[in-house]
Amino acid sequence: MGARPLPILGEARAVMAQATANTVEPMGFFTDTTVCIGCKACEVACKEWNQLPARGDGGAHLEMSGLSYDNTVRLDGTTWRHVKFIEQFPEPYNGRWLMMSDVCKHCVQAPCLEVCPTGAIIRTEFDTVVIQSDTCNGCRDCIAACPFGVIDINHVSGTAQKCTLCYDRTTVGLEPACSKACPTDSIQFGPIAELQQRAQRRVEQLQAQGESKAQLYGADRNGPLGGLNAFFLLVDEPEAYGLPRDPKLPTRNLAKSSMLSTLGAVVMTAIGALTLRAKRLVAVAKEKQS
Amino acid sequence: MNALASDLWPLTSVVWPVASVVQGIPSDTFYTGPPHFRWWIILYFFVGGISGGALLVASLLRLFGGREDTHFIRLGVYISFIGCVISAILLVVDLGVPLRFWHMLVQDNTGRLMFKWWSPMSIGAWGLLVFGFFSFLATLRALWDDRRLTWSTLEFLQRAPISIFGAVGGIIGGLFLAGYTGVLLSVTNRPIWADSEWLGLLFLLSGISTSVAALFLVSRWRGIRVPSTEKRLGQFDRIALILELVVLVIFIVSLGSVAKAFLNAWGVLLLLGVVGVGIVMPLRMGREAAHNVATASILVLFGGFVLRVVVLLGSEQIHVVGAQVIR
Repeated sequence: MGARPLPILGEARAVMAQATANTVEPMGFFTDTTVCIGCKACEVACKEWNQLPARGDGGAHLEMSGLSYDNTVRLDGTTWRHVKFIEQFPEPYNGRWLMMSDVCKHCVQAPCLEVCPTGAIIRTEFDTVVIQSDTCNGCRDCIAACPFGVIDINHVSGTAQKCTLCYDRTTVGLEPACSKACPTDSIQFGPIAELQQRAQRRVEQLQAQGESKAQLYGADRNGPLGGLNAFFLLVDEPEAYGLPRDPKLPTRNLAKSSMLSTLGAVVMTAIGALTLRAKRLVAVAKEKQS
Repeated sequence: MNALASDLWPLTSVVWPVASVVQGIPSDTFYTGPPHFRWWIILYFFVGGISGGALLVASLLRLFGGREDTHFIRLGVYISFIGCVISAILLVVDLGVPLRFWHMLVQDNTGRLMFKWWSPMSIGAWGLLVFGFFSFLATLRALWDDRRLTWSTLEFLQRAPISIFGAVGGIIGGLFLAGYTGVLLSVTNRPIWADSEWLGLLFLLSGISTSVAALFLVSRWRGIRVPSTEKRLGQFDRIALILELVVLVIFIVSLGSVAKAFLNAWGVLLLLGVVGVGIVMPLRMGREAAHNVATASILVLFGGFVLRVVVLLGSEQIHVVGAQVIR
């Protein structure tokens, strides 16, 4: 997650900058995975507050994943919080569980917002990213753009949905349901600047205790996607938690891909013009000969 | 795992009895969720490619061809227009809320135009509209030429400036529709699609070869035989197929270690269905012998369809489950 120039197109950057200009104060989540106990209170609180069904299809019967104690399996259109259970057991009685309450990262430069062709995805005054369900038409471009696999279709509404960082609660000064319900303060809500300081102190504390791999994921404002408004404290590599090491904007491929296609189009037009007009040239040559 | 299995394409349960964990993640794209681009989108990419390519060929023939090409020009125009209508229907049906298709073009809350030049899906929605205009214009002209429409007001379509405007628009629109779908896939974060910049060009070439195949097939079905036009179209198609094969190889190489995602039944389908049946066999058969024309055309169309199936579903099957990437 080192600092480097962000591969974002000029106009897209300008639009995002304009959107963030109206920000009151960036708010977000700091999730300290070292104190997560996997109770899933955040998942339940999220579903309860946002009136989301237990299952994506609205059914009551819950299926076991058969993989681990993690039966939620992934974030989707009706699961906006997901407690990952990561079993690291090299031997039967020697190992550990890593637990991480996953959520939308509310990226500072959000890939979903960047590609959304309807304008349904907006940036709020808290610098968070929200999908307006009454504008979304379910094209699913944002699902393929999100590098974290956060967004999915809600089959009841037919639209893409994800965590809103409880926009309806934050606008009236309330804390999001998940962080409110978290019994260990693994999920902390607040102004990003304040959360970053708290997170940095916690990393230093853990490293002093010998947890050498303790690191922040997404806290660096000069890092990928301009930083994440929902960032994490990890004690292993990002991949161990199912997180991309270097998430990118989808438009990184736009210029090169478009140029190659345009070049091909010009070449094929020229080839087409040459092959398809050959007969006429032959006819003209014959006329001249005769 | 039941939820995972039901997400997978039905055939995967036959091909892969058990989904396997991807070891050593080759790209950050493997953590992105699948957007469920399946049969409607596969069909759209296929039909849209044919539609775009058909208008391109018809427009090139109108600009550079002779009088004997008239039959193929009309066929190309009709194929493009029917393909354009089918494409629009497929796109609308595929939406989660189909009645909101117009949100792609107009902002529902302000009434302003909705356009993002950096979003291929936004450009694509407008591109299909513009393509539809030129395809409709060309169809009116073809119907007039065919004497199926006799409105005197349509006479202006035969004037040189309008004819050239329509043909140039048809060339640009056709190339756009045939190729932008690959660019759209590249401008995501999905495995395979976002790991190469060559998909747009590959789909463009495939759109051209499948459209010429469709033209040959429909001409045979309608009993139209114009040897001189067919010879030149065959040459054009041959070049398109060779270039398609070259770009397909470059595409696979450009994937780097992500190409491992094709070390399965999708890879076999790509090799046999697309390269073998869809490109090499038609090239070897040629279209010189009359009886080969229909067979070669069917093979090219089959290969073009399989290419889209492999590219889309080959990526779609890669999921994150818990913290593990599974395919």
